Amino acid sequence: MASYLLIESRDPFESADVAFCHDLARHLAAAGNRVTVFVVQNGVLGVRAGAREPGYAELARAGVEVLADDFSLRERGISADRLAPGVTPSPLDLVIDRLADGAKAIWH
Amino acid sequence: MAEKKTLTFALMDAPYESARTTTALRLIDIAARRGYAVNVFAYEGAVLLPFSRQQPHPNTVHGRDVAEENHLLTKEVVAALIAEAARAGGKLDWVNCGLCVDERGAGEAIDGVRRGSPADFWKMAEASDNTLVIGTR
Repeated sequence: MASYLLIESRDPFESADVAFCHDLARHLAAAGNRVTVFVVQNGVLGVRAGAREPGYAELARAGVEVLADDFSLRERGISADRLAPGVTPSPLDLVIDRLADGAKAIWH
Repeated sequence: MAEKKTLTFALMDAPYESARTTTALRLIDIAARRGYAVNVFAYEGAVLLPFSRQQPHPNTVHGRDVAEENHLLTKEVVAALIAEAARAGGKLDWVNCGLCVDERGAGEAIDGVRRGSPADFWKMAEASDNTLVIGTR
């Protein structure tokens, strides 16, 4: 089982190709891989519980670990208790942890 | 003691233009504080991040002088990252793409930055535990 880290920096309401990242994550997870989507920068606008569903809750239900950069959340005034189901705040250190562990990483 | 890893980052964004630069520098900072061997290959506009002729400026619109404005200079951030890596027992090897430097007249870089080519990026990646490319969109 390979480990994948997809770093999503794009705002889903500005960039339609965020769906590509979600599709890739879903297919990798369905193939039995460990998949994490780490959402950062304006990407975190899509993980708000009240946001029009951009697919993060669905990703979580599909077995993808969905993490949101806690710094990016704080910068935008998004509190940890206002995130979509299945989304967990995380420090950016997680990205370095996964890189150090040899995860296949893609920045988007 | 935790194993010291070697990580390589490729950056492409010019300073003051994208949140990607902030995130990239945060990532390098975390790795540097761990004492990792950190390689950075700066490509395209990113070669201006350690440009030594960056100058702080006042903000007359808000009535602030140079000291009050306390403008962040990326060359100082890069210098601090190089120093932090050394303090933690690691090393930050920052390579600027030479052609990108020449195109931009950015040859005057701070100490600790060296000139190279995309071949250096390949060598860095080959010698690393992992590599992250942070491209422009």
